Amino acid sequence: MAYKNFILVCGGTGCESSRADDIYKELIASAEALGVKDDVQIVKTGCFGFCEKGPIVKVLPSESFYVEVKPEDAREIIAEQVVKGREVTRLLYKDDRQKDRIKVEDIQFYQKQFRIVLRNCGVINPENIDEYIARDGYAALEKVLSSMKPDDVIEQLKVSGLRGRGGAGFPTWRKWMFSKGVQSDQKYVVCNADEGDPGAYMDRSTIEGDPHSVIEAMTICGYTVGSTKGFVYIRAEYPLAIERLKIALKQAREYGLLGDDILGTGFSFDIEIRLGAGAFVCGEETALLQSIEGNRGMPIPRPPFPAVKGLWGKPTIINNVETWANIPVIITKGADWFAKIGTETSKGTKVFALTGKVNNSGLVEVPMGTTLREIIFDIGGGIKGGKKFKGAQTGGPSGGIITEEFLDTPIDYESLTALGSMMGSGGLIVMDEDDCMVDVSRFYMEFCVDESCGKCSPCRIGTNQMHALLVKITKGQGTLEDLEKLEKIGLAMKKAALCGLGQTAPNPTLATIKRFRDEYVEHIVDRKCRAGKCKDLVVYSIDKDKCIGCGLCARKCPVNCISGDKTQKFTIDASKCIKCGECFKACKFSAVVKK
Amino acid sequence: MAVAQIEFSKELQSFVEEWKDKPGNLIMILHRVQQEFSYIPREAAERLSRDLSMPLAKIYGVITFYHYFKTTKPGKYRMSVCLGTACYLKGGQGLIDEAESILGIKGHEVTDDGLFSIDAVRCVGCCGLAPVLMVGDEVYGKLTKDQVPEIIAKYKSLG
Ligand SMILES: Cc1cc2nc3c(=O)[nH]c(=O)nc-3n(C[C@H](O)[C@H](O)[C@H](O)COP(=O)(O)O)c2cc1C
Ligand code: SF4
Ligand code: SF4
Ligand code: SF4
Ligand code: FES
Ligand code: FES
Repeated sequence: MAYKNFILVCGGTGCESSRADDIYKELIASAEALGVKDDVQIVKTGCFGFCEKGPIVKVLPSESFYVEVKPEDAREIIAEQVVKGREVTRLLYKDDRQKDRIKVEDIQFYQKQFRIVLRNCGVINPENIDEYIARDGYAALEKVLSSMKPDDVIEQLKVSGLRGRGGAGFPTWRKWMFSKGVQSDQKYVVCNADEGDPGAYMDRSTIEGDPHSVIEAMTICGYTVGSTKGFVYIRAEYPLAIERLKIALKQAREYGLLGDDILGTGFSFDIEIRLGAGAFVCGEETALLQSIEGNRGMPIPRPPFPAVKGLWGKPTIINNVETWANIPVIITKGADWFAKIGTETSKGTKVFALTGKVNNSGLVEVPMGTTLREIIFDIGGGIKGGKKFKGAQTGGPSGGIITEEFLDTPIDYESLTALGSMMGSGGLIVMDEDDCMVDVSRFYMEFCVDESCGKCSPCRIGTNQMHALLVKITKGQGTLEDLEKLEKIGLAMKKAALCGLGQTAPNPTLATIKRFRDEYVEHIVDRKCRAGKCKDLVVYSIDKDKCIGCGLCARKCPVNCISGDKTQKFTIDASKCIKCGECFKACKFSAVVKK
Repeated sequence: MAVAQIEFSKELQSFVEEWKDKPGNLIMILHRVQQEFSYIPREAAERLSRDLSMPLAKIYGVITFYHYFKTTKPGKYRMSVCLGTACYLKGGQGLIDEAESILGIKGHEVTDDGLFSIDAVRCVGCCGLAPVLMVGDEVYGKLTKDQVPEIIAKYKSLG
């Protein structure tokens, strides 16, 4: 039966939490009620990437892209579009910079994107293997098993230039070659889906939207290195991704694409899911393997690298979700095609979770070599509320902040490292003038204190010491010597800590001291926080010339420390003020000042 | 020696049975136990120690290492406020302060009626909707402080 229309409803976590499932059900019910259920196929897909404007509904073939849809809108979509063939203009995306509601191909958010990893997200139903297959899914596995030798696969990866997307950017082919070269009765293949960087969700969306891409790639790896057993180590905090992965594994087995004697070739490979339990350090590969073995997730010194001696002492390939998702495309489209995308040293694309103070938060996939300015200002639509850009953090708690003057650098592994940050797994957090750099450093350091596994003292003690100094500065009790101490401890940790967590924990602090030294000095010398974030340094007062005496602030104040009357105007008793900021937000005449 | 054993449901028992001999099973089994009790009661850990022939110290070593595992019973409605970077920058701390002040609890406490507890969590993967608060598995995104009372009231009325 040929459908006249296809309606794609986003079933990513973001949209699901804004009642996308109700929209989906309403669409089906309306199609039935209006007698057009045979004309339209309604599909729940993975994340479209444009989460900020969710829930998203897309209608084909008209390519109508509806944003912020509510369940109540479902009937109108069916009645107008399916029955009458007319777009529901009021639901189309509207850009602040353009007057009219616009079509998807004109949406800035998608214009500079190039999708390899997210090729199927928002396109197929991730719970139906047939849809994956219809878009060339498992063609790579078929090609590898029927016509390629393990060395051919490694050669293809080498030519493609694919490097690990989990952070360090290690060439994938080399890892595979090491493992292939070791003789062992068993080898393992592991997918790192622990995604610990707070503020990043690329891996979650990839698994939710296209789980088979990871399964297919891991199976190819099994064939290449000579392994029959894979594990996906995934955060327990991602229930929807786990569910979709389970369904996908089951379907792949039913289709003979996983399990014993895959596609009748005699090659067998199966995958098991193992859950993380909320420890950031378990994203580090040796800690992750400890965790799969059922132990406390503490890193162990490398070498030996896991590719040679990993899970239960056997050679183990660990790759990141995004790395995996690239591999089937490299095999089907060819390594040369892939190598044409990106920069000299970094090939292909990178997915970023663009969040923070930008207009269009969401998932973006761009060719390596795109500039941060393009990502933040073109795709991201610039800073929220017309505020001033201050910096962008890549690499999460291990990375650093990139300031205005470097926004035009084409990004790849090398350029970001040269800027004192790193690629990381793809978190990209935009900060504006209201964010305090000292407070942000304190925030990241607090995270590292919580997450340090405690095995080695440079990290266990160093993170605590640095955190204490940063707290001191945000309280207005710091000295200029503390800055030197921070740098000294930071450099020592970078040299002496056992694993990547401790080695990179000082990065956000060191980067902000370098780029925003004046802000630190202001906190220390002037006892002032220009962003108004450090509560101990903020003083609220009322400007008598502006106050009209309406009394709203006094009614909002939780500790009743604002008093006055119409004629007298109002004043704040600073000794009682708890600096909650309610009065500042309440006053409609900008009479409350924050200093 | 017959010790009064903590009751495990049939499903939990067969899960433990299924995983018993698999290498590296402990964390998966603990997840299943927590799913049943909403935390890991000491008696359950003791029973696992017997069923899996594993030292209790090893089990507690693992439980206490991972943030996800709880050793005390949380409220019926577990509020998880995200303090990942995206949510922190957009006011996640304010949501915690508000919820704590409405419910009159701090840190890991549970309200007297046993209904609510609050956890600060690090990124639930909905950063596009920051700041985010979860109650159980239900996600509330793009929140402001003013919406917190409403959400709490909703669950309170469910009892
Ligand atoms: C503290 C720390 C946290 C990490 N977290 C992650 C993570 O969440 N996801 C990930 O894929 N890699 C993470 N890594 C990198 C892994 O150790 C490993 O390099 C990666 O999984 C290898 O895969 P790739 O070559 O495909 O990037 C982390 C490393 C460190 C030191
Ligand atoms: S650097 Fe930190 S996280 Fe890594 S092993 Fe040392 S204490 Fe553990
Ligand atoms: S809300 Fe503003 S104008 Fe009204 S009393 Fe307070 S400071 Fe004055
Ligand atoms: S900041 Fe809060 S406590 Fe202080 S005066 Fe304003 S409303 Fe009252
Ligand atoms: S979750 Fe729907 S667009 Fe991302
Ligand atoms: S930072 Fe809060 S959901 Fe990611």
